[in-house]
Amino acid sequence: MKRTELNTELYEKVFFIREAEEKIRAYYPENGMKTPVHLSIGAEAIAAGVCQALSARDRIFGTYRSHGIYLARTGECDRFFAELYGKASGMAQGKTGSMHLSAVDEGFMGSSAIVSAIIPVALGAAFANRHKASDGVAVVFFGDGAVEEGVFWESVNAASLMRLPVLFVCEDNGLAIHARPEARQGFDSISGVVSQFRCNVFSEKSTDPETVYSLAAEAVAAIKNTRKPAFLQLKYCRYIGHVGIDEDPGEDQKSRAEYADWQKRDPVKVQREKLAALGVSEESICAIENVLREKVETGIIAAKNAPFAEKRTVIDDVYA
Amino acid sequence: MKTMTFYNAINEAISHEMTRDDNVFIYGLDVAGNNYVFGSTAGLTEKFGTERCFGTPISEDAMTGFGLGAAISGMRPIHVHSRVDFMLLAVNQIANMVSSYRYSTGGKLKVPMVIRAVIGRSWGQAFQHSKSLYSIFAHVPGVKIVVPATPADAKGLLASAIRDDNPVLFFEHRWLYDIAGEVPAGEHLVPLGEANVLRAGDDVTIVATSWMTVEAMKAAEVLAKRGVSAEVVDPRTIVPLDEERIVRSVSRTGRCVVADNDWVNCGFSAEVAARVSARCFGELKAPVTRLGFAPSPCPCSRPLETEFYPNAEDIIRAVEKQLDLSPADLSAEEFSHWENRFKGPF
Repeated sequence: MKRTELNTELYEKVFFIREAEEKIRAYYPENGMKTPVHLSIGAEAIAAGVCQALSARDRIFGTYRSHGIYLARTGECDRFFAELYGKASGMAQGKTGSMHLSAVDEGFMGSSAIVSAIIPVALGAAFANRHKASDGVAVVFFGDGAVEEGVFWESVNAASLMRLPVLFVCEDNGLAIHARPEARQGFDSISGVVSQFRCNVFSEKSTDPETVYSLAAEAVAAIKNTRKPAFLQLKYCRYIGHVGIDEDPGEDQKSRAEYADWQKRDPVKVQREKLAALGVSEESICAIENVLREKVETGIIAAKNAPFAEKRTVIDDVYA
Repeated sequence: MKTMTFYNAINEAISHEMTRDDNVFIYGLDVAGNNYVFGSTAGLTEKFGTERCFGTPISEDAMTGFGLGAAISGMRPIHVHSRVDFMLLAVNQIANMVSSYRYSTGGKLKVPMVIRAVIGRSWGQAFQHSKSLYSIFAHVPGVKIVVPATPADAKGLLASAIRDDNPVLFFEHRWLYDIAGEVPAGEHLVPLGEANVLRAGDDVTIVATSWMTVEAMKAAEVLAKRGVSAEVVDPRTIVPLDEERIVRSVSRTGRCVVADNDWVNCGFSAEVAARVSARCFGELKAPVTRLGFAPSPCPCSRPLETEFYPNAEDIIRAVEKQLDLSPADLSAEEFSHWENRFKGPF
């Protein structure tokens, strides 16, 4: 794929995510979306860059902060908004809400709100891929707080031992709700500890979606070439509070200064500037934005007006 | 038909299903070595290879999530715990993930996984190697719970569990492992959700689970000597429970004793008592009696351990009480002979 084409796709992804998340912020106070939302604003480069490096055969798993992953992988927002509004046309008829999204037909196999609980599930999907002689990898996204749970280490250990094609993506914003690493971690570097396992380790501070994409592609190739899992630590700034729609630049001057710094390197801004630098005209960029803006607006209005599922369906799909 | 032990019947079911369906695989601690889960997984690695039968790191939590991931991806994992007590390390995965995964995808995914756990008594195991716990998992919608009591049922129910598209937790009592019985050869399937009447009777219904079916049958044999006819009903599946079969029996006998292989408080026996009270209220001649473990952790010392576990004698006394009979002289009866037969260790 040529560089302009690649970066256009990356911009479409990050803009789509930003637009959808900002639309949620605008409509949330109406109390139509009765579900806690953990927004992906600021993390767009990670979802876009990693998903850009994946194929249809790969399997994706996420956490309660998976809006960006969902949107980047599927490119759709109708079933997405309908699920947030709890409507029958949501991907789980409203039963799952924001915290446990999935898009099974597109390989996004589910997400979990319990911190770290989704991580070992990716190992099973990787094992199944190997059994089916598919070269697909299983990718699991999680935050830096998840590495404190025992099951994270159990999963890194088992994936390394069993040589499973797993890509562990740590979206590192340095916060577990409000707690900083110094208050939670007895080690200095997550990557440093993970590199003690028979696992490929990559880490990157850049918010440039193209840089994230290149690193993710390198990680996927490493998994296939070395027959070892890969761990990718990617830094970003979470602009909004842990949950909800309010901005959270931090409580002290140091936090606010860092926040302002991150905003200068905002992934959507960076990617837009890159497109312009590659020679894409302002009109073309605006045209892309208008299409996506329209798509998001249509999707959320449709969701607002859609019907709920019948009450009796509460007991459907407990068992197969 | 052939005579075989409970653990060989389990082995046969697994082997048959693994031959029939390439997606079935079995894993867990001791599955591919050491004691092969008391013989129940012997020979499987040799027959099917290390990708389909393998041991794991000591990581029950991750290994359960691993099974979930494989199950939603088209495979049929069988995860094995040598003690149900170890399965408690996987409760996050079972109660927060496995049981709700299908629901969370609006029915798009299914979770066809089996989790086998060995329960109950062997030999001085004490409180961390002796629990039953099926009532805890029965409480959470989304899983099925099976507790086989005979070799034929172990084979037939396990085969059905493996073919079931839902998560099935399968609880096997350690003492049942060495019991032999008639088992149909070849393919043998027992449907989930169907109770079995082990012994027909008219005077009292004894609902018994797992090892307690053996104690209940012994009790029925002794009671028969004084003309008391006991019907022994083995639920076999706890979730979904064959309520109809139990209700049909109690409506006829008018009396119910639940001998559960578990603690009494908030246990399966309470569920049976509640349902029987609701459905057989007019037919009951007495309240439902519940028997189970002593309300304590399981002690190690032999006489205390014996006191902790209910047995045939306790069932006999419960029936006598219900029927207002004077306690029989049981000094000539031989109880707990299985306890002497098991020499340990673990």
